[in-house]
Amino acid sequence: MEELKKKAKQALDEGKIDGFLGLKLEGGEVSPFFVTKDNLAELEKLTAPDGRYSLGKILTRIAVKNPGKNIGVMVRGCDERAIIELVKASQLGTVKVEQYGVACNAKTAEKCNCPQPFPSHIDFGEKAPGVEHIELLTRLEGLTPEARLDYWLGQFSKCIKCYGCRNICPVCYCKECTLEDKNLVPGGIVPPATPVFHFIKAMHMADRCIDCGLCEETCPSNIPLRTIYRHMRKAMHDLFEYVPGRAAEDKSPLGALEEGGRLVH
Amino acid sequence: MDYKTVLTVCPYCGCGCGMYLEVMDGKVTGTLPSMNHPISEGSLCIKGWNAHEPVHSPKRLTKPLVKKDGKLTEASWDEAIGKVASELTRVRDQYGPNSVAVLTSAKCTNEENYLMMKLTRAVIGTNNIDHCARL
Repeated sequence: MEELKKKAKQALDEGKIDGFLGLKLEGGEVSPFFVTKDNLAELEKLTAPDGRYSLGKILTRIAVKNPGKNIGVMVRGCDERAIIELVKASQLGTVKVEQYGVACNAKTAEKCNCPQPFPSHIDFGEKAPGVEHIELLTRLEGLTPEARLDYWLGQFSKCIKCYGCRNICPVCYCKECTLEDKNLVPGGIVPPATPVFHFIKAMHMADRCIDCGLCEETCPSNIPLRTIYRHMRKAMHDLFEYVPGRAAEDKSPLGALEEGGRLVH
Repeated sequence: MDYKTVLTVCPYCGCGCGMYLEVMDGKVTGTLPSMNHPISEGSLCIKGWNAHEPVHSPKRLTKPLVKKDGKLTEASWDEAIGKVASELTRVRDQYGPNSVAVLTSAKCTNEENYLMMKLTRAVIGTNNIDHCARL
């Protein structure tokens, strides 16, 4: 970690980056923090802790306020994938992003059920093997459609409509959210309109979900949301060989038209 | 170019969920759950997720309002508290202590709730005291 701190400090000193976004551990609590030349000493607190936040989403907010700046970001595998999607969706404006890669340890990878717990370039940490527990997905895919719907209706009935899954999602960036459309999701009812509420989110996630799992982590009702989105990811892969978060050059097939048997963007 | 997060406790109910307020260029702009908080373990309800919204709201009350001639009018704290005290005394004297009930808050400290109980039982003279979580 000392080397990463040194690298970030040097970049700030030399003016290569104007600010650095990372995670710190203070009083047992992990939180995102932002360092500029004005609070350079804070950089000492930089760490690669167990806890995660949507650094990509925070970056979009910083980007809106600071066009044209160079921003350094500490990225785990999931943050890198999120930033790829945010770049595709032009959510980072004119900000230039400098990534500082951090590989997660085996414990974090296991906790996050993460198939790719490392970014493409690693500045800190050792590559841990990917983890992919898909027992629930496999079990559900083996059920009849009726039994599957029953399972999800049961899960969705636990929803307290906190919007946490949307709020924490690094790739949910719309200014106007369909989940707040009163025609589709009537107000004042908990659980929210089922299964519409959750399936709208799932459909909107189809070509965006980068499988970070923060939605499931923040859900107060323990709804296995990630299993739905993984199913959508699988469908996108099987139908179009498209994987969200893989490469900035990839274009979503959902934004394309079919002409003569092939997709045209 | 300034972004920071400030650790705090959700101001709404008595659960005590841990959260961060996001401050950008001196303004509170968002709320994040504390992902490894021992109480809330990274979750918040809809109230917690939106706890930052009233902070800079132009609709926020900054001065006490007292009803004069049927209209709410800005007043000093002394005047407002004086009005509450004199009206509570009048109601109690005219209709008896049990005509008054007190509702305290689950988000207050134990000590504040204890003082409220003392005021209700010893000063007003009624057992009509409860808290918002049982509304």
